[in-house]
Amino acid sequence: MMKLRANNALTGWLMVSPLALVLLAFLVAPIVMISIVSFWRATEFSIIPDFVWENYEFLFGSSVTYRVFFNTFKYALITWAFTFAIGFTVAYYLAFHIRSMTWQVALFLLCTIPFWTSNIIRMISWIPFLGRNGIANSALMSWGVIDEPVEWLLFSDFAVILAFVHLYTLFMVVPIFNTMMRIDKSLIEAARDGGANGAQILWNVILPLTKPGIMIGTIFVTTLVMGDFITVRFMSGSQSANVGRLISNDIALLQYPSASATAIVLLLTVLIVIGILLRFVDIRKEL
Amino acid sequence: MTKFTKRDGLSRRTLLKGAASSIVAGGAATLGAPMIWAQNIKDVTIRQFGTGVSNLNDVATKVKEDLGFTLEMTALDTDSVTQRAATQPNSFDIADIEYFICKKVWAAGNLQAMDTSKIDNYDKIAGTFRSGLLTPESTIAQGTAPHTVGFTTGPNGTDFVQEESGWMTLIPTIYNADTLGIRPDLIGRPISNWSELLNPEFKGKASILDISSIGIMDMAMVVESMGEYTYPDKGNMTKEEIDLTIGIFTEAKKNGQFRAFWKSFDESVNLMASGEVVIQSMWSPAITAVKSQGIPCVYQPLEEGYRSWGGGLGISAALSGIELEAAYEYINWYLSGWVGGYLMRQGYYSAVPETSKEFMSADEWGFWYEGKAAEGDIVSPTGSKLAGAGEVRDGGSFLERMGSVVCWNSVMDENQYMVRKWNEFIAA
Repeated sequence: MMKLRANNALTGWLMVSPLALVLLAFLVAPIVMISIVSFWRATEFSIIPDFVWENYEFLFGSSVTYRVFFNTFKYALITWAFTFAIGFTVAYYLAFHIRSMTWQVALFLLCTIPFWTSNIIRMISWIPFLGRNGIANSALMSWGVIDEPVEWLLFSDFAVILAFVHLYTLFMVVPIFNTMMRIDKSLIEAARDGGANGAQILWNVILPLTKPGIMIGTIFVTTLVMGDFITVRFMSGSQSANVGRLISNDIALLQYPSASATAIVLLLTVLIVIGILLRFVDIRKEL
Repeated sequence: MTKFTKRDGLSRRTLLKGAASSIVAGGAATLGAPMIWAQNIKDVTIRQFGTGVSNLNDVATKVKEDLGFTLEMTALDTDSVTQRAATQPNSFDIADIEYFICKKVWAAGNLQAMDTSKIDNYDKIAGTFRSGLLTPESTIAQGTAPHTVGFTTGPNGTDFVQEESGWMTLIPTIYNADTLGIRPDLIGRPISNWSELLNPEFKGKASILDISSIGIMDMAMVVESMGEYTYPDKGNMTKEEIDLTIGIFTEAKKNGQFRAFWKSFDESVNLMASGEVVIQSMWSPAITAVKSQGIPCVYQPLEEGYRSWGGGLGISAALSGIELEAAYEYINWYLSGWVGGYLMRQGYYSAVPETSKEFMSADEWGFWYEGKAAEGDIVSPTGSKLAGAGEVRDGGSFLERMGSVVCWNSVMDENQYMVRKWNEFIAA
């Protein structure tokens, strides 16, 4: 009996070890590395092992950093609001208005079709559409809505957020749809029998029960937006910056320690954000 | 190695034998006997990387044809090129880089000095790259002029020397005089000063490139042209001068002067061709690319002169033996004219103009180099028409254009400070 139990423990350890090793090698080790490098010094062409706070001092000493972090939060918040509104509506429609399973699956797959092409291509294809002489402007002009091309369509915060919403809405749809599908229909019937109207059912029954899905979607969208740099670079025409761009600029200029310091601060910020989010909903309970 | 057809033929012994014989063969090759090299050189693969301007597939094809070995090319943007030259010495054999990048990365020791006595056309290389003087009467422009970082003390030299020491850091291949590109059809009036880049008339329609070492020089040209400040040396600014320069541009950025910034060649082409931007920093072949879409675009010569750049080929420090021989052979071939002619027909200048001339028609030479009116159609190496009979190159002849260069792309003493300020400018 003892032997069997010992064996069980051993099997348990063996079963978790591949994942643990993979995470250790590809997640923990790189982060440790980055935090070490963030204390190093750099010249134009090399990095020098050291222990200095210089990189953090420069980071926190520059007003640009605060503006850029503010920008990053701004993008994340606005994108979240839009992806949530769209994602929730789409998921609600799929889950409660489409009756047959076949159609649900078919329409759900339809949502994923744009995701069969690359992120970058979906993003860049907005550029000729929104440009000064692009399709959007020429259509609006020919309808007589505007007399002159609208400048803020492209290379602006509007363009950045539009691209983010376009790219990441699916990450909201999928988890919300998933939790909605698992809501027991009899709860809704009970609410209706109890005299609740549609809005009350939505607010008091469906919304609380989809919270875990919303939270998972929120985590996806916030982390993706906060870690992004390429969308901001292309859609703002390099005019705006978020933290990701700060890091990518540093890397391009061979300032690895400074990039690492920024990356660590970003990582901590994102972890805090997720920590706060998780206080609202116990995801594990729901999975 | 040996091919095993029968399954039972694969034994430890045969494997060892095969390995041993190939080691012997390999040893013989590295120990000498150039006649073996001549045959083996066909198996050599040379990996080259650089910016899009000169990493052309046509060159790789021609190398295979003329020299027999394979040339693999990777085109990257300027910052990635610098990064790779400094941090990944084993990822390349030939670095096709600019002189200002050389100044940044040479001290990292990833490149080896080249013996000029092995370069056949060394004597024909343009004066700009050797003494620094275009003609004996020329003055040397500000900034990182190629000759200041073109020579080192010896085979293992880590510093730069100002005279022709017989050991070159880069073998020069390509250079040009840069200025602003404009859309004459959308501007509708003559442009003759750098200061026009910040003219409120072009609010929301201007662009500058987001590569610090080049962009800061364009900025300096604009600041001087506006009459805001005259730099003692644009190529080596003090911290205060950097603050001033970037400050002026940050203000312009906040006022919405710029439509976008660009980082790679094709971005600049798209901005100009789509009409998003009507005036911007630009590179010569980008103008060519816009023109070949049938859109009018001029590389506008300006009163204050040009900002210039030069590029060359460097050899990885890791290269030795047959690969090193192949690299020298490739570089000699590069200077022998075909590539030069190809680059000249795109609007660049070849470091050895004499040899390139043989690969261009008299009309092409007259148009691109001598600044004469074209007699017939001038076509690009890829076959699109760039100019018709009677047209003259923007800026005129080689001597007029290169003679009006006032600064080179630069790496300053305060480079690190500049880079941080630049990063702030982009994020502002």
